[in-house]
Amino acid sequence: MGAVDLTQFHKTFFEESLEGLDAMEAALLALDSGATDAELVHTIFRAAHSIKGGAATFGFADVAAFTHVAESLLEEVRSERRGVDAELIDLLLRSVDCLRAMLDHTSRGKPAADADSEALRAELVRLVSGETPAAPVAAAPADVAASGWDIRFVALPHLLQTGNDPLRLFRELQQLGRLEVCRAFVLDSAPAQLAELDPGQCYLGWELRLHGAVARGDVAAVFDWVEGDCELAIEPTAAAPVATVTPAATAASESPAPAAPVAAAGPRPVRETAVASAEGSSIRVGIDKVDALINMMGELVITQSMLSDIGENFQLSQLERLREGLVQLERNTRELQESVMRIRMLPIGSVFNRFPRLVRDLERKLGKQVKLELHGEHTELDKTVLEKIGDPLVHLVRNAIDHGLETPEQRRAAGKPETGTLRLDAYHEGGNIVVQISDDGAGLNHAAIVGKAEQRGLIRPGQELDDTEVAELIFQPGFSTAAQATDLSGRGVGMDVVRRNVRDLGGSVGVRSQSGKGSVFTIALPLTLAIIDGLVTAVGQERYIVPLISIVESLRLRSDMVRKIAGGGEVFHFRDDYLPIMRLHRAFGCAAAVTEIERGIVVVIEEEGRRVGLLVDDLLGQQQAVVKSLEAHYQRVQGISGATILSDGSVALIVDVSGVVRLGQRRQAA
Amino acid sequence: MAKILAVDDSASMRGMVAFTLRGAGHEVTEAENGQLALDAARGGAYELVLADVNMPVMDGIAMVRELRALDAYKGVPILMLTTESHTEKKMEGKAAGATGWLVKPFDPEQLLATVKRVLG
Repeated sequence: MGAVDLTQFHKTFFEESLEGLDAMEAALLALDSGATDAELVHTIFRAAHSIKGGAATFGFADVAAFTHVAESLLEEVRSERRGVDAELIDLLLRSVDCLRAMLDHTSRGKPAADADSEALRAELVRLVSGETPAAPVAAAPADVAASGWDIRFVALPHLLQTGNDPLRLFRELQQLGRLEVCRAFVLDSAPAQLAELDPGQCYLGWELRLHGAVARGDVAAVFDWVEGDCELAIEPTAAAPVATVTPAATAASESPAPAAPVAAAGPRPVRETAVASAEGSSIRVGIDKVDALINMMGELVITQSMLSDIGENFQLSQLERLREGLVQLERNTRELQESVMRIRMLPIGSVFNRFPRLVRDLERKLGKQVKLELHGEHTELDKTVLEKIGDPLVHLVRNAIDHGLETPEQRRAAGKPETGTLRLDAYHEGGNIVVQISDDGAGLNHAAIVGKAEQRGLIRPGQELDDTEVAELIFQPGFSTAAQATDLSGRGVGMDVVRRNVRDLGGSVGVRSQSGKGSVFTIALPLTLAIIDGLVTAVGQERYIVPLISIVESLRLRSDMVRKIAGGGEVFHFRDDYLPIMRLHRAFGCAAAVTEIERGIVVVIEEEGRRVGLLVDDLLGQQQAVVKSLEAHYQRVQGISGATILSDGSVALIVDVSGVVRLGQRRQAA
Repeated sequence: MAKILAVDDSASMRGMVAFTLRGAGHEVTEAENGQLALDAARGGAYELVLADVNMPVMDGIAMVRELRALDAYKGVPILMLTTESHTEKKMEGKAAGATGWLVKPFDPEQLLATVKRVLG
């Protein structure tokens, strides 16, 4: 029995504990903003309670000890013996942080408690009225009777309805020593007529004698579950023998079983156990998604059997049915694919949830008043994207509060409400997920940005810039530097890092700003990294896939639309603008490609407002492409984001639009 | 061996209980809260119910009360999984009709000993 290995549940414990802490934090913040819902207090309490129970069960003594004190404090709140004030919430929020760190340490097999956690625990202990250290309940004094115990046990009528059974109690007593039933009797309250007897009720009482040197506590422990369901008297056996010895109907008989003590119901000392390091990440999937998948699978099986039916003895007259079957197969495959992709999708709420806390901390630190609004928390994102979008979002939120929103005094002077609004939105738009961070602050300070850009040599002094160009400056590498960064927004990380992180996810980030009204940062992210909708193009013998989402238009140029520019570059006139032409065959070194521009096709692609025309031989069609990493199988290639396999089995490369646009821009500039 | 219903909102505790009992040959159904446990109980004749006290949606105490109102569960043993710091919960559970309790933290041996104590 001792071989039951509990380490397999550790990972689940850490996961659910971290979720519990998130819920606790969210509820604390809700209380902080004035909510008085009793359910919030219950949620907080329940989280602490569960963590404590699990930690103790799985042998994480430090975590158990810490949560024990926190729980005691919360119990006072729950039973309304203690009011909730900002100070208490502060303390509990710090406890949440501390527990997160302790769980992190524990999961990596390191000691959980350190000086900080001990100091915080001491603070909690001081606050809890009359709290004593979590010492095990002292065992009842070993009151051992010399010769045995006389037990009078009268079941109350409802005893059976609690699932208890006198027979079970007698069996347990037998485990302690030889049990003798001195008398069994029917209670006066029992109905006289058999017909009136309720089989669900008990009308019996017993006088028992337990022989042997047994501790009173052990005898009492047998009856602990029926306290209140019976009348019970346990007395040491008198020296004089009892007069009547009438073994009655019960199964009690001679069986001097060795005194195996019933498992003590007290807390046990928790053990320190080594923890296996947290291995591969897992994902929790809603049952509806799995059901949908099974559903699709079923339909696929039907289609498959229908097609194999046609294939068995095919006649030309069945061609129509074969076509129908293939159309159905295509639909099934697409639906199945979508269902499988949905499994990787998680709501963005898990990322949004960390912002109430962040905003609260920043408010205090910066002396600003911020109302945080979250919208679209249920919008789902690919798990990988979700994990990586957190840091850029945190950075944008910090920036918005630090640089965007004004102090209450400044806002009042500007005729705005003292409390600024910061709004996070997530929604679907086309094949993208859009996340917006908007504030109603001062907006980008154009003069300051231009001044700084000049100082850093990003633009020439006196250069004329429109609003979009000024806004673009903040994303330039080198615009923000650690030297002048504040404690909050800076840390040596600028908006260029935000943009790079978002780009690595196949997304884009931009800003719109209005002086005095506020700024809106918009991040567009692909639904998934694994599949893209692409346009298959031919360049010589090669096939290149251009992501559909980046394509503005495809057109055939007449030679008079093309201009040569200094340095050998080519541009063409497109909607009041001149765009650089990028010959893909030249960029990627493909042989036997179309070289006369008017014979090929130009695909106009756009990335963050910048456009480039790609010259290809021909357009072959639209296709979904499963992205295979080129880096994993070969190496990183500039202008290529990955590879895929076409329906004929050949390999096509996927064009990295932002990389190609940058290449094109560089050529144009050169 | 017995058909047992294990109810706890904590997946790790529930998993530990179910794993231990299955290892001893019992047939275990898991439920995440009192409401789901009630639904399961209506659909299956369980011989023992083990339930946590603090759960969202429907807590263990309310669940016991509801179970006892079902004819099929009038005399079925129901054990509360509780913590030592909440003795009053034991009494509340008893008042609702629980058979007994198992105090957290418990290890697999203690769990099996207690289950044996109830099932005989």
